[in-house]
Amino acid sequence: MSGNSNYVPKSAFGRWFESRLPIMGLAHSSFVAYPVPRNINYLWAFGAILAFMLAAQIVTGVVLAMHYVPSATLAFASIERIMRDVNYGWLIRYLHTNGASMFFLAVYIHIFRGLYYGSYKAPREVLWVLGVIIYLLMMATAFMGYVLPWGSMSFAGATVITSLFTAIPLVGGGVAHWLWGGYAVGDPTLNRFFSLHYLLPFMIVGVVLLHIWALHVAGQNNPEGVEVKNVERDTVAFTPYATIKDLFALSLFLILYAWFVFYIPNYLLDADNSVVANPLSTPAHIVPEWYLLPFYAILRAIPDKLAGVVALFAAIALLAFVPWLDTSPVKSAKYRPLFRIFFWAFVVCCVGLGYLGSQEVSDATTWAARVLAFGYFAFLIVVLPLLGLIEKTKPMPASIADAVLAKKGGPSAPSAAR
Amino acid sequence: MIRLKSSFFVPAALALLVASASSALAEGEAEQPKPTRQSWSFSGLFGVFDQAQLRRGFQVYKEVCSNCHRLSIPFRTLGDPGGPGFSEAQIKTLAASYQVVNDEPNENGEFVKRPGAPSDVFPPPDSFPNDQAAAAAFGKAPPDMALLAKARKYERGFPWFVFDAAPFDQYQEMGADYIYAILHGYTKSDDPQWNLYYPGHRIAMPQPITDGAVAYQDGAPPTLDNYAKDVASFLSWAAEPTLAERKKIGVRAMIFLFVLSALLYLTKRRIWSKLH
Repeated sequence: MSGNSNYVPKSAFGRWFESRLPIMGLAHSSFVAYPVPRNINYLWAFGAILAFMLAAQIVTGVVLAMHYVPSATLAFASIERIMRDVNYGWLIRYLHTNGASMFFLAVYIHIFRGLYYGSYKAPREVLWVLGVIIYLLMMATAFMGYVLPWGSMSFAGATVITSLFTAIPLVGGGVAHWLWGGYAVGDPTLNRFFSLHYLLPFMIVGVVLLHIWALHVAGQNNPEGVEVKNVERDTVAFTPYATIKDLFALSLFLILYAWFVFYIPNYLLDADNSVVANPLSTPAHIVPEWYLLPFYAILRAIPDKLAGVVALFAAIALLAFVPWLDTSPVKSAKYRPLFRIFFWAFVVCCVGLGYLGSQEVSDATTWAARVLAFGYFAFLIVVLPLLGLIEKTKPMPASIADAVLAKKGGPSAPSAAR
Repeated sequence: MIRLKSSFFVPAALALLVASASSALAEGEAEQPKPTRQSWSFSGLFGVFDQAQLRRGFQVYKEVCSNCHRLSIPFRTLGDPGGPGFSEAQIKTLAASYQVVNDEPNENGEFVKRPGAPSDVFPPPDSFPNDQAAAAAFGKAPPDMALLAKARKYERGFPWFVFDAAPFDQYQEMGADYIYAILHGYTKSDDPQWNLYYPGHRIAMPQPITDGAVAYQDGAPPTLDNYAKDVASFLSWAAEPTLAERKKIGVRAMIFLFVLSALLYLTKRRIWSKLH
């Protein structure tokens, strides 16, 4: 990971080791000397928060796996054993289940921040695509994790999601049977989901390392969307400046996390998942976890099953193409007045779809979901390409330092029109 | 400022659309009243279970509910801190009063019954050895009560569900309120299986308890309202026996995090102030 490090270990052993494996130098250049745009705001702290959440999920998950039994007859009881008999098992489990929600909350803020400030534009396209891959892996991991307690909603969710594959023409049924390891969701499904739920987080770690690598090659974007021109004037060292800012933001985020864990741990959990899975009795109202609701709403909004599944996957896949769908050379929404309006409309579409996904189906919700799903796709396919052609952007500052100084009311540098 | 207004117009219009769709949705459910929120000793930031209430609730469970409902928790948990606080001797006596099936068969290969020990789980009701037998009698097996308070919720709807997560108004006791409401919901005297609060009003469980059915030993009035509150409390404890410990640790965690955040903020300010 690049950085202008001139790191020389102080001890003789350090120098001996460094000449054989320069790992300390790598860490130093990545997390100490690495230059960070001096104007980034607290929305940029969510990268660090996400790194923490990934680590927290892995640590709590490894401990839970020591007590969990992946078996259709014993899984539910083993979770209750964790909750009641394992020392602080309730704490570990609540940290893990609510941690998943906190992870998604942070990733959504991170993604919307990237959209708002145009962080996906050159030279950060690969960085963005890696992020979409992480998001996809996260959804798969979270979905499989939700199945593990083998509650009645776990079972229903597993059935609904795996049944999506039956929509594939010709081979759909075979694919579904292959996924289930049988003719319906059952013990083999639970076992493979457990195996994959343990595997995928480490794949996420791998892609996160690539994500950080790509980030450190291109450097961070910033609220002005102006690239670093002069490292001396435009940036500060990662440590201590970004480190302390990230730590403070993380600490605030942990307050929210702790609020959920200690005071409303069941707020985001479905009551039906406190009932053991029974293939003969399905919950009256099947809903996925909140972070998947917008996609669930898109799926339900479309009357045809195959088209619904295609729309569901397209809604996620399209995100990877955003760097090429957006034709505007200006990154930050700060200088794109029209984009800013459409961005917030897009946010409302996503939140609205999420709400509709949680509601029981009626004509009103179906039509509202269709309108919002149209808005979702229209933003990505129509608005992003067109805006770049017709939008009149505002003049941008010549450099990051100029923007910072102008804000501070210091010797104001003349803004250069684009 | 004009820029701000225009950027909020489109989202506001869309939000309005969603809101109108959801209010149309709510109209269809008007005849199904929602349980009312009761005050519970275990709600709020410092909530703990009321030991006397848990004991009364256990008595209601033992004398009434346990005729049909399982409660898959070990006897020993009745003595755990934060719970009903039974003594070791009381738990031993209680466990021994039940006949449980031994885990291992005897030398003849038969599964025999023996008196329960504190480590045993409450056995299923005598009248219904399994769910199928219970379902044959009622049309539906009575649910296990160990997690009932967590397994029942009711829709709060927008915007209430947002406030339910908010500090100082947090609402986690929907299961208890639901159980309390169901026991109050048998309002048609000519139809014992009609319940005001049960979705669709047809409930498999005929009215289980009325005023005076259980004689409390601690002098609490033997009313349906007390039975409902006490048993709902007891079931909330059964579903979440670590609640008191969780909230106690929570207070400490919160104090720690707030102090840590304040210190980190001051450090951050100091470090960044060195920049010109």
